[in-house]
Amino acid sequence: MRFPRAKPASPATRALQVVPPSGPTAWLATFTAGAMTFLCVFALALSLASGRLADRWSEALARTATIRLSAPAEQMEIQTAAILSVLATTPGIASYRALDEAETRALLEPWFGPGLPVEALPIPRLIEVVEGDPGYDSQGLRQRLAAEAPGALLDDHTRWRRPLAEAAERLRILGVLSIALIGAAMAAMITLAARAALATNAEVIRVLRLVGARDSYIARAFVRRFTLRTLAGSAVGTAAGMAGVAALPAADAAGGFLTGLGFTGAGWLWPLVLPLLAALVAFLATRRAAFQKLRELT
Amino acid sequence: MIAFENVAYSYGGGDLLSDVTLRLAPGSFHFLTGPSGAGKSTFLKLAYAELLPTAGRVTLFDRDVTTLSRDDVARTRRRIGIVHQDCKFLDHLSVAANMALPFTVSDRESDPQDLDELLAWVGLRHLADALPPQLSGGERQRAALARAVIVDPDVILADEPTGNVDWEMSLRILTLLVELNKMGKTIVVATHDLNLIRQAKAQVQARVLRIAKHRVQLAGADL
Repeated sequence: MRFPRAKPASPATRALQVVPPSGPTAWLATFTAGAMTFLCVFALALSLASGRLADRWSEALARTATIRLSAPAEQMEIQTAAILSVLATTPGIASYRALDEAETRALLEPWFGPGLPVEALPIPRLIEVVEGDPGYDSQGLRQRLAAEAPGALLDDHTRWRRPLAEAAERLRILGVLSIALIGAAMAAMITLAARAALATNAEVIRVLRLVGARDSYIARAFVRRFTLRTLAGSAVGTAAGMAGVAALPAADAAGGFLTGLGFTGAGWLWPLVLPLLAALVAFLATRRAAFQKLRELT
Repeated sequence: MIAFENVAYSYGGGDLLSDVTLRLAPGSFHFLTGPSGAGKSTFLKLAYAELLPTAGRVTLFDRDVTTLSRDDVARTRRRIGIVHQDCKFLDHLSVAANMALPFTVSDRESDPQDLDELLAWVGLRHLADALPPQLSGGERQRAALARAVIVDPDVILADEPTGNVDWEMSLRILTLLVELNKMGKTIVVATHDLNLIRQAKAQVQARVLRIAKHRVQLAGADL
């Protein structure tokens, strides 16, 4: 009898499944990874959309202000002229203009219907102010307006801009938090699945140790399996999630919040990162679980 | 090669083995005998670092086992062929794949012709593609022996290799072990079968270690 000579393993030997296939339960890990990634796509869409919304609102509203003038009819023209002259001499204002009657009517039309006799109503005069860069001193402007035109009121929208921007910002944080939680839950799920698989295969591990397998070899067998499973599951989950987002009705011009949920441009690349991230989470979680379990065995 | 110095091993309730001092010289053939539960398997497990001594020093290939890392233990086991009483196969792999497992786990493989020759040596060539559960007790033991020797180890430790087989098969396995010893391998066989030991003494210069009263003693020539 001659002892066999050793040579480097061929691909067939290398791919040999030393850990027995785990049957239907393996699909649970794949399915869960897929479902979680699907949810993750929406959380991602939510945080990206709310980020855009927050930016848009801040941007659009920060640059404009409105001066509302309520005055007796005979004072109207005088005070309007006074306001315009104040604005003309205020630094930091890019442009300003008084809305004419047609525009005022158009603004009111949704509420009062067409054919409104605007001139017969004590409707305040509106003057639109667009802020320059750097902006104007709103406190100083208010004081000057109060002196020149007592009926004028400067509304720079901060009153309702801030809570909206804050809400959108919170929404974004919530989205990011959801992604983190989904990631943590996935790590926990994979750790549990890996521990179950390691426990089921304790005898296999004992045999492998007996014939001289190093921990890294044994861990590799499990890690590869769970990483590939998670990658496959979350790839399907991502595809389904992206299809779902794409199928949402298109955002209208005003960018309503619900219809604005989705990805734009390069944003579509973000969800493609999710399967890789999920696989990385699976890799680390399984590896940790495997080495922990292996240390319990001799 | 394998040396025990004042080794003791105790489970929770007292010593199973105590004050064991011996040295297994290269090329020696030892039988390890004693009543069931006396500590034969424990002795073997100490010899391949499955268990660590609770007192004293076990040295494998001139290294104290307590200083071995887990990877060192793995590497040491590639120099020790272990034949377990219950064989311990991976039941989802063929007999040939199980035999080649020590190569597989170190990312190597054997020359197919050599593997075939080894299969022929243990008389299992026709069962290469069978799964372990389809084998009889004797076939399993021979496959386990083939797996133990495939990496050309220096030492072969066999725990009751003839425990589940008939006399004829016992002799066949003994013959294989004797052949390995003649190739220079150090052999330790734990058995309670005194007939097997007598049979072996006719073929090879074997020494008998007897476990009694927690001690391992060299038995006399007479059995």
